[in-house]
Amino acid sequence: MNALTDPRPRGADEAGKAVAIRRLTRRFGDGPAVLDRLDLTIAPGEFVALLGHSGSGKSTLLRTLAGLDPVTEGTITRPRDVSVVFQESRLLPWKRVWENVVLGQDGADRRERAAKVLREVGLGHRIDAWPLTLSGGEAQRAALARALVREPQFLMLDEPFAALDALTRLKMQGLVSELWLRHRCAVLLVTHDVDEALLLADRAVVLEHGQIRTDLPIGLARPRRHADPEFERLRSVLLDALGVCDG
Amino acid sequence: MSETLIGIGARNGSRPVARRLPRLSALLPFRRFATPVLLVLGWQIACSSGLLSTRLVASPAQIVATGWSLTRDGTLPANLSVSLVRAASGLGLALVVGVCLALVSGLSRLGEDVVDAPLQILRTLPVLAMVPLFILWFGIGETPKILMVALGAMFPVYLNLHKGIRAIDPKLLEMARTLGLSRGRTIREVILPGALPDLLVGLRFAVGISWLMLVVAEQVNADSGIGHMMMDAEDFLRTDIILVGLAVYGLLGLASDQAVRALESALLGWRPVYRGRAS
Ligand SMILES: Nc1ncnc2c1ncn2[C@@H]1O[C@H](COP(=O)(O)OP(=O)(O)OP(=O)(O)O)[C@@H](O)[C@H]1O
Ligand SMILES: [Mg+2]
Repeated sequence: MNALTDPRPRGADEAGKAVAIRRLTRRFGDGPAVLDRLDLTIAPGEFVALLGHSGSGKSTLLRTLAGLDPVTEGTITRPRDVSVVFQESRLLPWKRVWENVVLGQDGADRRERAAKVLREVGLGHRIDAWPLTLSGGEAQRAALARALVREPQFLMLDEPFAALDALTRLKMQGLVSELWLRHRCAVLLVTHDVDEALLLADRAVVLEHGQIRTDLPIGLARPRRHADPEFERLRSVLLDALGVCDG
Repeated sequence: MSETLIGIGARNGSRPVARRLPRLSALLPFRRFATPVLLVLGWQIACSSGLLSTRLVASPAQIVATGWSLTRDGTLPANLSVSLVRAASGLGLALVVGVCLALVSGLSRLGEDVVDAPLQILRTLPVLAMVPLFILWFGIGETPKILMVALGAMFPVYLNLHKGIRAIDPKLLEMARTLGLSRGRTIREVILPGALPDLLVGLRFAVGISWLMLVVAEQVNADSGIGHMMMDAEDFLRTDIILVGLAVYGLLGLASDQAVRALESALLGWRPVYRGRAS
């Protein structure tokens, strides 16, 4: 726990980093190291996409950053205010949507704050609904609202759209991009979808054998289009790094 | 249609009432009562025609008449209130103790080791077999009866709530941690509401067991209560009074079960099942 240090209030240390991971090693039991002396930094307001094969340790890295797993070897520096969105919405079924959004928050204006952020994610009409009546996409929106209402300096997303249908996923990607442009927090997005990474991120990193093997800046202008030749090039670079042959 | 109903209900916190039952289907629920009514009729005819000896079984008309006169002379209300107080105190005690024990053993490993093992052993004993012991220990006053009810009703409360607490989705607990919820708040907002459905299942069992324990406790040794009234009637071969007592027990069981069901749909409105039933 003492390896987690809180930097300056703005969420950046002198070197202008929101998140800094140094030589982070993580193993389960006596098994091989899932994360092996991993280094990664994220600048304030930077959007990083984390790719890698299934089982490469992406979720492990995210959980460690979120403080759910202990830091045993190496150090992590991160802002104090972080939020996580998982693949499942993880809403409490017995609390109405707005109560879920401001869960653990105090103050008389809880409901207004919830309503505001729910409107932002397009759920303004469902603030009093029970979570079990939401569709998958709506539930993920609510989870996103719950993450945003805390005004995090660092937002972690672990395959937040993986369980959604293609159309909803496209909408959600647009929403996340819009929200990020407005809130400007640092983001770490775990995804399997190369196109998603290229649409949203400033930088795509690939986790392999416990380390960041590929670190690819994405300099495309926003909003991005698949048809862009540069998009195509970056896509094949990433697919190559993931060991997938692109046609 | 149901979508808008749900929306309205959710906003007001109340449930819309459906008033659009066609005539024929309105009669449908009553079809279920046809057989019982026929049976009672047959019973009455058998008694009136002398086919059934009224010394063995009183006729339905006789039972109703007796029930009415027992009510008018105050015997039934007095005994009923004694029984109700016993059942309610026993059940209340069972709830308090059962919930406390389940919290202790559900929320901490140490608590589980200390509390769970002895309770699991105790659970295998038939509580009714402890009646003689209870009379020896606590005499024949109210204490042994209330304690019998409490002991019997405590197990379903404890077992179900304990199971409910242990079965909370670890993903929700993890989420509570990432949101920075304190331990106390996690218990209040995540664990307890999540275990509530199981607690209510336990409560329903507990209510049923309460009546069972009460019947035995009141028939073994008592000078008041419905069970006593029935035992007294046995001495005078008053089958009508015995049957009135049975009917009262039956109605009490039915009413308390309905009460717990009402509690469930009031407290578990977030579950789609209950909402579906209401709309
Ligand atoms: N609690 C645990 N105990 C033991 N092994 C674990 C545990 N959690 C993860 N692992 C192992 O660590 C490795 C990395 O898991 P992780 O969940 O981080 O992969 P991932 O990259 O997120 O995969 P996916 O893309 O499928 O979600 C896997 O081999 C997994 O089996
Ligand atoms: Mg994962």
